[in-house]
Amino acid sequence: MVVGKASEIRVASQDDVVVVRQAVRARAVEIGLNLVDQTKIVTAASELARNTVVYGGGGTVLLESLLDGGRRGLRLTFEDRGPGITDIEKAMQDGYTTGVGLGLGLGGARRLVSEFHITSRPGEGTQVRVTKWNG
Amino acid sequence: MQPLAREFIAAVREAARDGELGDTTRAEWSRTRDLLADLSRERAAQGFSPTETATFVFSFKQAIFKRLRSEFGSDAETLAEETWTATELFDKLGLYTAEIYQKAREEVIVRQQQEMLELSTPVVELWHGILALPLIGTLDSNRTQIVMQNLLEAIVAKSAGIAIIDITGVPTVDTLVAQHLLKTVAAARLMGAECIISGIRPQIAQTIIHLGVDLGGVLTKATLADAFQVALRKKGLAVAKG
Ligand SMILES: Nc1ncnc2c1ncn2[C@@H]1O[C@H](COP(=O)(O)OP(=O)(O)OP(=O)(O)O)[C@@H](O)[C@H]1O
Ligand SMILES: [Mg+2]
Repeated sequence: MVVGKASEIRVASQDDVVVVRQAVRARAVEIGLNLVDQTKIVTAASELARNTVVYGGGGTVLLESLLDGGRRGLRLTFEDRGPGITDIEKAMQDGYTTGVGLGLGLGGARRLVSEFHITSRPGEGTQVRVTKWNG
Repeated sequence: MQPLAREFIAAVREAARDGELGDTTRAEWSRTRDLLADLSRERAAQGFSPTETATFVFSFKQAIFKRLRSEFGSDAETLAEETWTATELFDKLGLYTAEIYQKAREEVIVRQQQEMLELSTPVVELWHGILALPLIGTLDSNRTQIVMQNLLEAIVAKSAGIAIIDITGVPTVDTLVAQHLLKTVAAARLMGAECIISGIRPQIAQTIIHLGVDLGGVLTKATLADAFQVALRKKGLAVAKG
């Protein structure tokens, strides 16, 4: 697998969430994702970016274009140094929230992408990495 | 311009005296970086191009080369080496202004979008008792709450029985947007009005389903026209050819 263009964006405020969505949309178009898949990865990015701001206290996202055999992909790695998640399984459950949301962000993001990895250490932070392939 | 140029040269001189010429991300260069960042942001706001902005930095090259020639003129090897170092340094600083410029432009765009959202969310009365709220733009700013509040107030003011929320112009419907929509529908219902959500494009419909958002209790229509027709029917009215 080859990692092509990579760029990092700050994710610290609600405005940054908008910037992340725009950047992800532009990349998704660039690697040739169809309209439905563009919308899915942008929406997943919106969820993860907002979690980074709201629960992670801000962080970064790394956008990477991937080439694997004949298929192209977009990989997003959200990272923060916030409080972390004690019980990941619980956090992934639909309807579970410690805030005022619907509790669908993490589970929804997982269903919208091709690959989903979350790692978190209480007190150290959280990393969520998602990939969408064009086929 | 003159004082700024002097300040820039002073900052570069100071950094070059104490530090690495090869690595402008180091602390010694922070004054130079801050200066260039301010300049780039200012120029982005004033509508200069990125080239014009970077030219501020590149324009110093000629003077520096001249200075190097007069200092090392007889020593060709050192002259070449120093010229190369200076070129690399000023290229890096020039690119830095382009990078900041880009970021500043993005910020301007985000701000403009927010302003647009404020302008583009009027509640309109399509017919007696039938309201429409065509939403356009990004929905997760603080504006959303105000927009939804406006709709609820209009429902009361116009004694409306039906409100159509059209999301054709909303690029992304995530859990936060969905939550705002659901809350508004529930609040409108408490006030005796029924909401119809229209303008759900196919890709948005698929995404909402994957997210797991349940819009089951809400009347939805593909287009604003369809929603209007349903609204008329509910009022016992119909559009007929004259
Ligand atoms: N980056 C993070 N750092 C710390 N905790 C997190 C992070 N992301 C998610 N969580 C925790 O996981 C929970 C579930 O997240 P999820 O995104 O699924 O729902 P939500 O954000 O609460 O609501 P929604 O996303 O539907 O608006 C959060 O309430 C929060 O407690
Ligand atoms: Mg969330």
